[in-house]
Amino acid sequence: METEILARIQFAFTIAFHYIYPPLSIGLGLTMVFMEGMYLKTGNKQYEVLTRFWLKIFAITFGIGVATGIIMEFEFGTNWAVYSKYVGDIFGSALAAEGLFAFGLESAFLGILLFGWNRVSPKVHFISTIGVFLGSMFSAVWIVVANSWQQTPAGYHIVGEGFNARAEVTDFWAMVFNPSSVDRIIHVWQGAFLAGAFLVLSVHAYYLLNGRYVEISKKAFKIALGIATIFSLTQLLSGHSSADGVAVNQPAKLAAMEGHYEVSAPADLYLFGWVNNQTQEVTGLKLPGGLSFLVHQDFEEPITGLNAFPNDEIPGQVNAVFQFYHIMISIGMFLIALTLYASFLWWRGNLFEQKWLLKIFAFSVLLPQIANQAGWFAAEMGRQPWIVYGHLRTSEGFSQEVSSNQILFSLIMFFIVYTLLFLLFLYSVNKKIKHGPYDETKTPNEFLKFV
Amino acid sequence: METILGLDYPTLWYLVVGLLFSGYAILEGFDYGAGAWHLFFKKDLSRRIAINAIGPLWDANQVWLIIGGGALFAGFPVMYATLLSSMYIPFMLFLMLLVLRSSAIKFRSAEEMIWWRKTWDIIYFVSNTLISFLLGVVLANVLQGLEIGENYSYKGGMFFSFLNPYAIMVGLTSLSLFMTQGAIFLLLKTEGRLYVRLTFLLKKGMIFFLVSFAATSLYTLVFLPGVTDKFREFPVFFVIPVLAFLAVANIPRLVSKKQYAYALIFSSLTMAFLLMLVAFQLYPVLLPSKISPEYSVTIYNAASSQKSLGIMLTIVAIGSPLLAGYFLFLYKTFHGKVKLDDTSY
Repeated sequence: METEILARIQFAFTIAFHYIYPPLSIGLGLTMVFMEGMYLKTGNKQYEVLTRFWLKIFAITFGIGVATGIIMEFEFGTNWAVYSKYVGDIFGSALAAEGLFAFGLESAFLGILLFGWNRVSPKVHFISTIGVFLGSMFSAVWIVVANSWQQTPAGYHIVGEGFNARAEVTDFWAMVFNPSSVDRIIHVWQGAFLAGAFLVLSVHAYYLLNGRYVEISKKAFKIALGIATIFSLTQLLSGHSSADGVAVNQPAKLAAMEGHYEVSAPADLYLFGWVNNQTQEVTGLKLPGGLSFLVHQDFEEPITGLNAFPNDEIPGQVNAVFQFYHIMISIGMFLIALTLYASFLWWRGNLFEQKWLLKIFAFSVLLPQIANQAGWFAAEMGRQPWIVYGHLRTSEGFSQEVSSNQILFSLIMFFIVYTLLFLLFLYSVNKKIKHGPYDETKTPNEFLKFV
Repeated sequence: METILGLDYPTLWYLVVGLLFSGYAILEGFDYGAGAWHLFFKKDLSRRIAINAIGPLWDANQVWLIIGGGALFAGFPVMYATLLSSMYIPFMLFLMLLVLRSSAIKFRSAEEMIWWRKTWDIIYFVSNTLISFLLGVVLANVLQGLEIGENYSYKGGMFFSFLNPYAIMVGLTSLSLFMTQGAIFLLLKTEGRLYVRLTFLLKKGMIFFLVSFAATSLYTLVFLPGVTDKFREFPVFFVIPVLAFLAVANIPRLVSKKQYAYALIFSSLTMAFLLMLVAFQLYPVLLPSKISPEYSVTIYNAASSQKSLGIMLTIVAIGSPLLAGYFLFLYKTFHGKVKLDDTSY
């Protein structure tokens, strides 16, 4: 039991830490593609300065993402040996595709992106930027396919028994396009775009508030605001579509997300609340029948509740699933309101006069990050007690031969190194932001002469 | 069982994994090797040049580890799960050192303070040295076999059993081979006094390699049971050790003629031939059991299904020309001696 808990804590800690970085890389990649594209299109050096500036922050983010990602790849084997044997045949092809198609593209072009400014033409450099961006998008595809298969297995059959049981592929495309893949890939991509766009918004809002780099900050802010507005809206659609899928494929998870216990009754939609698992009651602000309406477009239609399932087939932490899910939704709604209002002001032409709004944007960088993390916690805790939904329990999936002392040792090691890494990340990104895109004292708007 | 060119799918995938591990050893060999010389360079500028010699390449080289690990997981899930969970401590150390090494490359030159750079220099040197050593240690443990029981469960020691005498010897051999590879690579990338210093260091590295290689080979032949059996059975494969020894002997010859590009090719070939030797000797076993041969992990009891292997072989057939293209483009772009500029580490 103790080994299982420690293995779970270690996995949750290392994956949550890892997941700070790849979404930022994907989102910053998209923003840089627009910035560098504008540079090539208009020839305005300001866009080149912006691209080079964000590239520096991208480099740190990407680097930590890769380093912490390699750990994830091997942690399946070290801590989840039974699970690895069970899913190897399925994950195998996804991982092979990810390595060859995504990481190869990404890492080879990364060298040119970071160090190739003076060695290749601007066009080839732009192609490298696109290459790295696409590579990071592809790698998100394959890992989300693998995770979605755990949520909604398809295109497989089970061979063997007990510890030698395992899933084998019967239909590759059915496995790749399992019922939840497409919704979840789009949801993850958009979450990543928002994480990157809001970092750009935050930094340039900070510059604008301090009256620094005003002209280029306005340009960058508009690019990022465009991305942020579009994708906060479409994120609502993909979130809805994803939840519809959960209702069909993982009813116990959906019930936990809204704290719905009754076997079959219309289900409410909570704005916020607190679930008491003992009394099976939720205290909070609700729209009666709201969940029924979202799923079936009818306030009276019954939804299967947690009590309809055997006790050992529902998530143990209902309140946690509920809270994580609602944090994600609330942030999503707030981001829609914020970006729509800002876009409205942009259209009116007085966006940059609203100090209070820029202040909100300066702090808003944390919101998509929190939403991304909360969303994953809701998705993974909502799948419990299963590691592969309906087939393999989390309590059966960990490495039986690894001792709790070994995990304690590695967990402490991870904790120390990751704390150090996080501080270094904050320190160096902060330093780059403070230093700014160019030296104001030595080269006041030097690039402007090229315009 | 379906076959291509007379080879069944697990055997083909065994070759793919072997190829990926060889690529990883060759490419990251010079990365780690260059890092294992780091504290032998005294001046800050020399250290910066040494890091920037691998600067644009190491991230791409590391992809070979990611793909190699993925290929093992994909094709031989039982081997991946058994090896990693049995050798928990060395792999966790290896992963942690990889993180520290990446951080050192990224952050070392980001600040001017002497204490900052010195601290990262030590972290960089230690992590590269220990990674090179640990890779050999893991290989030695695979060669010797582990205490694998029924259902591939590990019955051996938890914390320090991986550090046995043979493992230490193979660890030193891999470290010295990487250092040789790294020094030759740096010679291709540097000029002036650092270049002169490296010609001196490379000689020390080669001596270190030849001594540990000879000792390890002798120990292997005397103490590891059955290592020569396969060659009696298939004498034709005796060509592999012969080629390995010729490649090893060729390195000092080319170095003395200052033909470093060819020397790099032959030290790379050395790694490839030595890994081939290991692969041939083990085949079809992946991880021998010390408890009983029937518990050993082999390419057949560890393999994914025919269908899955078939899909992956297709992916490899499509993906590897792409990967080769990216690498050619990358290495062509950064060909030649290191020039520091504002984008350098």
